[in-house]
Amino acid sequence: MFQIEGLTAGYGQATILREVSLQAAPGEITVLMGRNGAGKTTLMKAIMGLVRAEAGQVRLDGTDLAALPPHQVPGHGVGYVPQGRRLFSELTVAQNIEIGLGAGPKEASKRRETRDEMLELFPRLGERMGQRAGTLSGGEQQMLATARALCLRPKLLLLDEPTEGLQPSMIEAIRQVMVQMRDRGLAVLLVEQRIDAVLELADRISVIEMGRNAEDFTKPEIAPGEARLRAHLGV
Amino acid sequence: MEFGPYLMLAMLEGAVLAAVLALMASGLSLVFGVMRVVNVAHGEFYMLGAVMAWVVTQFMMGLGGGPAVNFIAAAVLAPLIVGSIAAAADVVILKRLNYDPERVIVATIGLLYIIQQAALMGYGPDAKPVVAPFNERIALPWVAWGENGLEMYYPWGLSTTSYKLFVIVAAVVILAGLRLFMTRSRAGLVMRATQLDGEMATAFGIPVERVYAIVFGAGAALAALAGVLIVPIQQAHYLMGGDALLLSFIVVIIGGLGSLAGTVVAAVLIGMSDGIISVFFTPTLAKIIATLAVALVLVFRPQGLFGVKNR
Repeated sequence: MFQIEGLTAGYGQATILREVSLQAAPGEITVLMGRNGAGKTTLMKAIMGLVRAEAGQVRLDGTDLAALPPHQVPGHGVGYVPQGRRLFSELTVAQNIEIGLGAGPKEASKRRETRDEMLELFPRLGERMGQRAGTLSGGEQQMLATARALCLRPKLLLLDEPTEGLQPSMIEAIRQVMVQMRDRGLAVLLVEQRIDAVLELADRISVIEMGRNAEDFTKPEIAPGEARLRAHLGV
Repeated sequence: MEFGPYLMLAMLEGAVLAAVLALMASGLSLVFGVMRVVNVAHGEFYMLGAVMAWVVTQFMMGLGGGPAVNFIAAAVLAPLIVGSIAAAADVVILKRLNYDPERVIVATIGLLYIIQQAALMGYGPDAKPVVAPFNERIALPWVAWGENGLEMYYPWGLSTTSYKLFVIVAAVVILAGLRLFMTRSRAGLVMRATQLDGEMATAFGIPVERVYAIVFGAGAALAALAGVLIVPIQQAHYLMGGDALLLSFIVVIIGGLGSLAGTVVAAVLIGMSDGIISVFFTPTLAKIIATLAVALVLVFRPQGLFGVKNR
């Protein structure tokens, strides 16, 4: 179980998140929504330890991630697909996957297995292993960013606007992967701006405004609460 | 001596300088490439390498070692010692400054003086030699048209030493090894990932600060190795880091900060031109031309010959 309790975090003197609480259960897709500048990406970074928490706890299966050095967070089972993909653009597809595997399973046989699994999940990457990541198409880059995060064999998968700027067929492919990961028992925490894209997909929606919790919707509350959700997002 | 043999001699001298410069500047470039900080104390790590080589060879001589054994011990120990000092300086100083580029420049200027003055106090103001492991004179042939067509002969004064050729070969081997390490090894991959995006590297379990300490140490070790290689040709002196640092900056600016390939190409260009111009004209003119080349690069191609714009 993944739980955030009373998280306050920010950059230097600027506090962005104030006492944010959230939870994501295994086998569920939790969607984090909010207007631009609400603090969604900062929350993702705070979970990864890339933005230091001033107060509060970030717990994954009992471990307080906020108390760990940032580089130890992925080792505890957190895979991160950041906004804008942020691949190691000068490295090849194979090398990006290798970096992902580095924080994943330690045994060579498990690593090979994970790598093969990723290439099965994203066969197109298999054809591009020697190509530099920066030269891939947007959709392929998103596939690689997702594969790189999944190489860790995470318990919690963080996806920050993974469908941004992608063509419909790619959006559907990424959606399928998210569903597949949820069905495998991963806790998926997804940042998404488009309501239509998440209405069916989400098991839980959490809205933040100005760095604070605004409203939470459980699965049965999502459809009836659509108007309120739109009001929160101003659409 | 005729022009041809004279030019060849100048090129050989230039190649020795280029080899040492390429090693030293690669360390500077590696540090900037991965950590995005400029290490102004880099020249002092070169000096410290040369001084340590003298210290180690003196110690080994006391144990009855011959020149070859002493030199091998110096080539292994001096870079290790200097690299460890640099890694410790990274942890104690640079990490606390959060690797802020401006503050690192100021801090490494301070480090420069600390190392220099420590060397003056511990080693003394005199230049001291280290015996080369081998130093046979090798006469070089030249060809010219004679009565019977093309004839080979040995012009008077056209010679080098086996040690100078060794320095060139050693630098090539070390730089090729560095290239292989960066492109083929897991540790090299981690360094390159850190160079490209430190935050994302952290998000994938890479201990970036540890990588920085290793890179800073490795950069200094490369400078120290250059110092060890040069000290049988040029004596170890506590002020020898200044000129070497200036030339290294010239090389990395022309080659492109952070580009290892660019650094090597620029080192060859600067080393060879320095050797040739120094032999035919004066060493001062060689430095003036190198500085002019930097100015031209900064005006017309600020990212350097091999650098990438707006990284």
